[in-house]
Amino acid sequence: MERNQSRRQLAVMRQSLFDQGYLDEQFIQLEELQDDANPNFVEEVVTLYYRDSARLVTSIEQALRDRSPLDFNKLDSYMHQFKGSSSSIGAKKVKAESTQFREYCRAGNGEGCLRTFQQLKKEYTTLKKKLEAYFQLARQAGPNEIACRPK
Amino acid sequence: MSTASSSVVSDQFPAGLRVLVVDDDPTCLKILEKMLRTCLYEVTKSNRAEVALDMLRDKRNIFDIVISDVHMPDMDGFKLLEQVGLEMDLPVIMMSADDSKHVVMKGVTHGACDYLIKPVRIEALKNIWQHVVRKRKNEWKEIEQSGSVDEGDRQQKPSEDVDYSSSANEGNWRSSKRRKDEEDEADDRDDSSTLKKPRVVWSVELHQQFVAAVNQLGIDKAVPKKILELMNVPGLTRENVASHLQKYRLYLRRLSGVSQHPGNSFMSPQDASYGPLSSLNGLDLQTFAATGHIPAQSLATLQAASGLSRSTAKSGIPMPLVEQRNLFSFDNPKLRFGDGQPQHMNSGKQMNLLHGIPTNMEAKQLVNLHHSAQSLGGMNMQVSPHGGHNGQSSSLLMQMSQPQARGQILNETAGGQVTRLPTSTGQPILSNGIAGGVLARNGIGENGRAGYNQVPQTSSMLNFPLNHTAELPGNSFPLGSTPGISALPAKGGFHEDANSDIKGSAGFIASYDIFNDLQQHKPNGWELQNVGVGLTFDASQHSNSLRSNIDVAPSVLINQSYSSSQRNGQNSNASVTGKAIFSVGEGTEHRNNGQNVGQHMNNLLGDNSMRIKTERVPDTSFQPALFPQQFGQEDLMSALLKQQDGIVPAENEFDFDGYPLGNIPV
Repeated sequence: MERNQSRRQLAVMRQSLFDQGYLDEQFIQLEELQDDANPNFVEEVVTLYYRDSARLVTSIEQALRDRSPLDFNKLDSYMHQFKGSSSSIGAKKVKAESTQFREYCRAGNGEGCLRTFQQLKKEYTTLKKKLEAYFQLARQAGPNEIACRPK
Repeated sequence: MSTASSSVVSDQFPAGLRVLVVDDDPTCLKILEKMLRTCLYEVTKSNRAEVALDMLRDKRNIFDIVISDVHMPDMDGFKLLEQVGLEMDLPVIMMSADDSKHVVMKGVTHGACDYLIKPVRIEALKNIWQHVVRKRKNEWKEIEQSGSVDEGDRQQKPSEDVDYSSSANEGNWRSSKRRKDEEDEADDRDDSSTLKKPRVVWSVELHQQFVAAVNQLGIDKAVPKKILELMNVPGLTRENVASHLQKYRLYLRRLSGVSQHPGNSFMSPQDASYGPLSSLNGLDLQTFAATGHIPAQSLATLQAASGLSRSTAKSGIPMPLVEQRNLFSFDNPKLRFGDGQPQHMNSGKQMNLLHGIPTNMEAKQLVNLHHSAQSLGGMNMQVSPHGGHNGQSSSLLMQMSQPQARGQILNETAGGQVTRLPTSTGQPILSNGIAGGVLARNGIGENGRAGYNQVPQTSSMLNFPLNHTAELPGNSFPLGSTPGISALPAKGGFHEDANSDIKGSAGFIASYDIFNDLQQHKPNGWELQNVGVGLTFDASQHSNSLRSNIDVAPSVLINQSYSSSQRNGQNSNASVTGKAIFSVGEGTEHRNNGQNVGQHMNNLLGDNSMRIKTERVPDTSFQPALFPQQFGQEDLMSALLKQQDGIVPAENEFDFDGYPLGNIPV
């Protein structure tokens, strides 16, 4: 009973991540890849993503700090990598921000880049917290629950 | 090969597909790996392109397909793609979060069999095995084709080409391969398929050596044995070289094949890694081969045309001729723009002269005629020797033209051009100008035999061009005639002559204000292109035309630019740089056209360019795009040469020129 409840809670939580636009269908792709061979595949990937992308975020931060003049090519290149990673885990909002960021890069809009990057970091961190909570709950709910697709 | 194809058919086939996935992003790599495993593929992953390349080299046959990210820090994904395309004939799928068109295009032009936008979905990966099957199937087909071609049923080939207009190019090229090469290739195939011999790792350095050797030899003459001698690398066997040569050609062809789609601009940077010369060589080979085929067809068609009255000839000929043109166009470029080899240059020159001559009418320039007569004599002499040199192209042309009655041919060709021209003319003002130019030619041709039927309309325009040409012939011909044929090889001399010519033209310029503008525009564009290009005869001729417009110094520049443009065209298999340059030239020319209707050259170019652009958009086949350019050049040549009459061989080519114009619109 308790387990059922936590499972339901998990499903609601998960759904809210989609409903609120934090995740997109790519995340479902990851879920579908999870199997007996890799029961924690999604979490592993997300963990890897946050570990690896932190490096990029730092690089971008640094590049933005050396303000005059901004190296838009470099920024764009960083953000391209960041976007590639983010999109592959289905981090929808983060991806949207990185797309916006790259547009500002191309336009040479330093202000836009800065603003977008702040927003991006916020989304990036928010998603991280939400996913951490989600995975924690998933572990409590039992190993097989994450994989089941809702609706 | 048969084993490979059978394995493809096996029941479990997609399962166990050996995939190498390369991505510097660990997250993506992990996901991709898992996805591919879920597809039951056998996955090897690498987060570094260099490592991946080493893997591919070490165990070349261990992978069926490669999936690679585009943006990687240690090696650009396109480089990897190129290397793979050169060293091992594996299908490569590129992927990137970057979905901008030019990047996707770059991937395709570099030979990627697919381009996946990140995030990659498993649905896309489930189907990648099809690329493996397709590749193997194509290889199989190639072998078959090369075999049949080897036996050389030339006449049949052409007809086949005609059948598939868009895909005909490939067929031509394939058929165009010379026998020697094919033999070598056959050997290679055996080697690679049976894996009897030790593999040679074609490192970048080794490959550069190889390219250098091929360039030195000229790709049409680059036989494995000679390349091997030039490379002088211990342990390297003739078979290794032959195999690599084949792949290199395939690579060049692939590049050229794709070049149709892309804009000019992006092509050039890509090719940079492999010397432009090499690419040129590739073209040459192809074109060369193509020429071999052409004769039979073209002759047949020409004859047919001759038999027909003009009007009929026009309608009847067009389609088949187009195909031939294509082939021819290739040939022409080769001949004219040598790889820097004197012989090529000569041939090119001769060709041009010939071209020009046929179209030229007696009409205006008696003086010119004299010049031309002399030059022609010289030309003819040269031509025949060249024919031997070039292989078949020049000789073939000669033969072609001679057998048939000149007069008829000219008339017919003229007719053909005329008819087609109208169609092309229909659109822009520029086209009108062009049409005028063509008409002029036609009229000339007709004049020789009959009256000036069409001349009247374009007469004004004709006059203008004629003047220019008149000057040009005087200048250019003297060079050819006086120094004799031998003089042709020397480029520097030509340039100087050109300069002198220019002076003469200067007078013309003065008369026409229009030219001034032209001068300004042209110099700019040309200068850009000038870098490092050798001067070809054609270039000089072009320059002559240009000269009329421009002063001496600019003219020189122009010459260079022309040659460069041509070369470039060849480099990227005619499409890449060539187009870009051409576009520049065209752009200028367009301006010119607006002002100077008189310049046939410009007009023609303008038309060509216009069409090319239109064609590109629809994604037409690669060759058409190329042709227009080449033709444009030829046209220019012919226009310049118009005044000179009587050269038979030239006529053939001229015909081609005219046709291409018509064909393109079709």
